[in-house]
Amino acid sequence: MAAIQETVDQVRRIDVDQYKYGFETLVESDKAPIGLSEDTVRFISERKNEPAWMLEWRLDAYRRWLTMREPNWARVDYPPIDYQSYYYYAAPKRPALASLDEVDPEILRTYEKLGIPLREQEILAGVVRPEGEEGEDGEAPRRVAVDAVFDSVSVATTFKEELKKVGVIFMPISEALREHPDLVRQYLGTVVPVTDNFFATLNSAVFSDGSFVYVPPGVRCPMELSTYFRINEKNTGQFERTLIIADKGSYVSYLEGCTAPMRDENQLHAAVVELVALDDAEIKYSTVQNWYPGDSEGRGGIYNFVTKRGDCRGARSKILWTQVETGSAITWKYPSCILRGDNSRGEFYSVAISNGMQQVDSGTKMLHLGKGTTSRIISKGVSAGKSSNTYRGLVTAHRKADKARNFTQCDSLLIGNKCGAHTVPYLEAKNASAVFEHEATTSKISDEMLFYCMQRGLSAEEAVALVVNGFVKDVLQELPMEFAVEAQKLISISLEGSVG
Amino acid sequence: MSLLEIKNLHVAVGGRNILNGLTLTVEKGQLAAIMGPNGSGKSTLSHVLAGKPGYEVKDGSVLLDGEDLLALSPDQRAAKGVFLAFQYPLEIPGVATMNFLRTAVNAQRRARGEAEMSTPDFLKRVREIAGHLGIEQEMLRRSVNVGFSGGEKKRNEVLQMALLEPQLCILDETDSGLDIDALRVVSEGVNRLRAPERGMIVITHYQRLLEYIVPDVVHVLSKGRIVKTGDKELAHELEAHGYARFTDEAA
Repeated sequence: MAAIQETVDQVRRIDVDQYKYGFETLVESDKAPIGLSEDTVRFISERKNEPAWMLEWRLDAYRRWLTMREPNWARVDYPPIDYQSYYYYAAPKRPALASLDEVDPEILRTYEKLGIPLREQEILAGVVRPEGEEGEDGEAPRRVAVDAVFDSVSVATTFKEELKKVGVIFMPISEALREHPDLVRQYLGTVVPVTDNFFATLNSAVFSDGSFVYVPPGVRCPMELSTYFRINEKNTGQFERTLIIADKGSYVSYLEGCTAPMRDENQLHAAVVELVALDDAEIKYSTVQNWYPGDSEGRGGIYNFVTKRGDCRGARSKILWTQVETGSAITWKYPSCILRGDNSRGEFYSVAISNGMQQVDSGTKMLHLGKGTTSRIISKGVSAGKSSNTYRGLVTAHRKADKARNFTQCDSLLIGNKCGAHTVPYLEAKNASAVFEHEATTSKISDEMLFYCMQRGLSAEEAVALVVNGFVKDVLQELPMEFAVEAQKLISISLEGSVG
Repeated sequence: MSLLEIKNLHVAVGGRNILNGLTLTVEKGQLAAIMGPNGSGKSTLSHVLAGKPGYEVKDGSVLLDGEDLLALSPDQRAAKGVFLAFQYPLEIPGVATMNFLRTAVNAQRRARGEAEMSTPDFLKRVREIAGHLGIEQEMLRRSVNVGFSGGEKKRNEVLQMALLEPQLCILDETDSGLDIDALRVVSEGVNRLRAPERGMIVITHYQRLLEYIVPDVVHVLSKGRIVKTGDKELAHELEAHGYARFTDEAA
């Protein structure tokens, strides 16, 4: 049997057994009645003690949503979704927590199992340093502030006090709506409007939590900010909303991770992320997406319909998206940049790995509006099993976008012969001085390459992991160190039979 | 006991018989040259010994130190000490050569139940061997074989061979694509690895390589069988008269 065939078989076996986050946490929860109606929207708004304008905003979205149709242009195939069969709000009982000690220990254990250090002392103690750098620069250990979202609510946010000292606001968006309503109101829905698209509009109506970040002018956020999302309840949709504002001359790096238990039914995830960068500000947004991908027959798994968009509103502002996508049954996701400010810059680095029956349709949009705007897209798709992996990208230069520049590189790697890789780039320049470059390659892990590695002593799984990690190196090096290590492991797990 | 014992080996590729009852023994400490015309089965032999997929062994046996080699996967064979220096080494984009070397060394050590090599020991060892082969540190930072010249690729093969300290080295047309200076460096690297416990098989078309790597024994392969065995003078004879008289005898 050819080595490649063995690898394919090993890859095929993994789905169910190897998804190591597929456990369920037993906590009592407070749920909205099943299904979606104005009452559901009111229920959520009430649970969150929201101001009246917020309820109106949601109801507007809900009524608009009723008139909209689910988009069907993506290269993904799934049975019709019954939106009335989901719970739109599920919160672990005992909400409104004053400190970590009040968090249900079951939930803390869940995050511990996931390897997420919620407790601040653990964060301080569990410092991972790059090899060989110890003590060389005397730099303080890198720390990560975490906001943990369990089903529909945020259960814990760490380092809030310390961030407050430098003026950084990092809290659940539900809390921000109460404590900083003007700030939220000023920016919410300005990047992804309520009417943007079917899933974003749904999110606007029923979102229950997510993270809010505000970095004041000239402040460099002293630590990485991070949110971990977990869907736990059965038949629950997760609709989180993240809003990050980097005021003039500020900098923030934000990380997002996600997991879910294994379920036979598909669960729905429709998040919205809005980023706003004012003059000279920079936002780095990294995602390691590891939702349950479903079993080898395609049963279960998360439907991931996400709208992520950054607005480089100010001159010389910069937004970087880095994503490592290994999970979900369906991924429909196009983190984008509106390059509005003159000389602003957008970057998109993506690794999308699909295996089993997973379907990925993902990419980015770079909309050049301002003068001298630049963007860079590096997309690496790895397909194995019977999966389908599509890169879809849009790069446009509007009439006033003098000297806009884009460079796009899309590489696809195939493992086995039952998977598919597709590249669908749209390029549109309305300004004659714009320069767009597009490069694309498709390659296969050959038997020869695996044999070469195995002849040197690597097992088939190690060989595949080595080749794939080499293939995605350009993207992984854009991730913060802690995440890069995690992502590397995740890539190995999602492609190997015996590891994990 | 002989290091390698091949008996009556019959191998087919895609339904076509390539090796037809090949019998060959390599002793510990011996360097055996295998010469033969195109299509005689030289590369097939090296691939079958290393366990490359796609070859169908129809009959015969291969024992390494008395153990059935054919029952093992390629990585298990590597851990047992079989090393194949490729005629065309593969490129692995994005994987730094140094990282590749270390992954290989530690994978083999793990498979043998040994502790992984410490980073300082590993680096010291690589530097030492690289120095002998005239390999710059810069080359070790580059992706495996990507953008390497023919000479660099072959030197990289010998570097790996020296680092992995195999029991049985198989060099598949290591001289192809080498200029005279590179040939000298690579040959010196191979000669440095000759040791009482180690067997070597050097596969080549030409006698030229054997001026630098002097064999203990020369085998002539034709139509999938060893048709003549002699000392190094046999190589000269082949150079002077060609393969025809041996291949005709085999026919």
